[in-house]
Amino acid sequence: MQIIQPHYHGIARTAQDYERMAMSGVVAVAEPAFWAGFDRLYPETFLDYFRQISQFEPTRAAQYGIRHFCWVAVNPKEAENPDLSREVMRHMPELFQAPTVLGVGEIGFHLTTPNEEAIFEAQLEMALEHNQLVLIHTPHLHDKVRGTKRTLDVLRNMNVDPQRVWIDHVEEHTIREPLDAGYWVGFTLYPITKCSPKRAVDMLEMYGTDRIMVNSSADWGPSDPFTLQQSVMEYRRRGHSLQQAIEVFHNNPCRFLGQCPKFDIKPIRVETIDE
Amino acid sequence: MQTVEQVIDSEFLDVRCMLLEIGAMLDRYDRSCDQSPAEASDDHRMDLIYRAILLLSQRDTTADRSERLLNLFSEMP
Repeated sequence: MQIIQPHYHGIARTAQDYERMAMSGVVAVAEPAFWAGFDRLYPETFLDYFRQISQFEPTRAAQYGIRHFCWVAVNPKEAENPDLSREVMRHMPELFQAPTVLGVGEIGFHLTTPNEEAIFEAQLEMALEHNQLVLIHTPHLHDKVRGTKRTLDVLRNMNVDPQRVWIDHVEEHTIREPLDAGYWVGFTLYPITKCSPKRAVDMLEMYGTDRIMVNSSADWGPSDPFTLQQSVMEYRRRGHSLQQAIEVFHNNPCRFLGQCPKFDIKPIRVETIDE
Repeated sequence: MQTVEQVIDSEFLDVRCMLLEIGAMLDRYDRSCDQSPAEASDDHRMDLIYRAILLLSQRDTTADRSERLLNLFSEMP
């Protein structure tokens, strides 16, 4: 089955992960810009990072036949440094011209501070000005409810088209409001701290499959790219058809990401052949 | 032996995760019963699960919960 991994931090993973993903049906990944595990001190460090995910990482993925796309942004955690953030943001519009950059992400809240909010709003304005898709990170663990509500408040106050915004890392307690407001949502599968493959399938069964994407993030922390395949397997094990699985794990990423013309992978349909 | 702080620091998120999975399983079971009331039954295993949860919910007790859980799950229907 063909799978798209819509949120994947390839720079933190090995070539063997690409190889095994390719062998398990992954045809494309999209890599948001995120926190490196330490706070960077220089704008140039971000610019090299953007160059890495927009130029170098596609060459690694291509060795295994996987298409690699990316997003650029100052992530929520480092948005706490407004001067650094604004200097990095000054260079982002030129990145929007790169052939594999899909939009602005991941932006949003980490601890939901005033500095984070100011940079979140500024990056949203930049995305609107440059007609970019938006990928929003919602906070971890006990901060998730507050951060998600504030995210929706910020979006409500701006003239965004919900169809072009993906609110990621939703779970059972934060899925309803973004979906009801017309946004795309993402389930991020982590072994311990976010959603599990079974719970993701529960939510697909409860809320349907429209405007929902599933990803495993797969970064430098405790994470596993193959939780996505576990979720595919769980979805199929519960009796959902191959085409239904393709709708969730391949076609929905095509539909959201394909709003950017650079993402040219189209939805697919399984047909039998009478011979 | 680990200190009190080490135990909670190293295992809080694991336990949170396991509790969420238990909650999700119970929700899944209830939704299935709602969808197919005719198939809903008084399954002995569900009774064991709820009795186990009750056992774990008692804070002032002896530190032999694992043993008591295993004995509980050894009960024949």
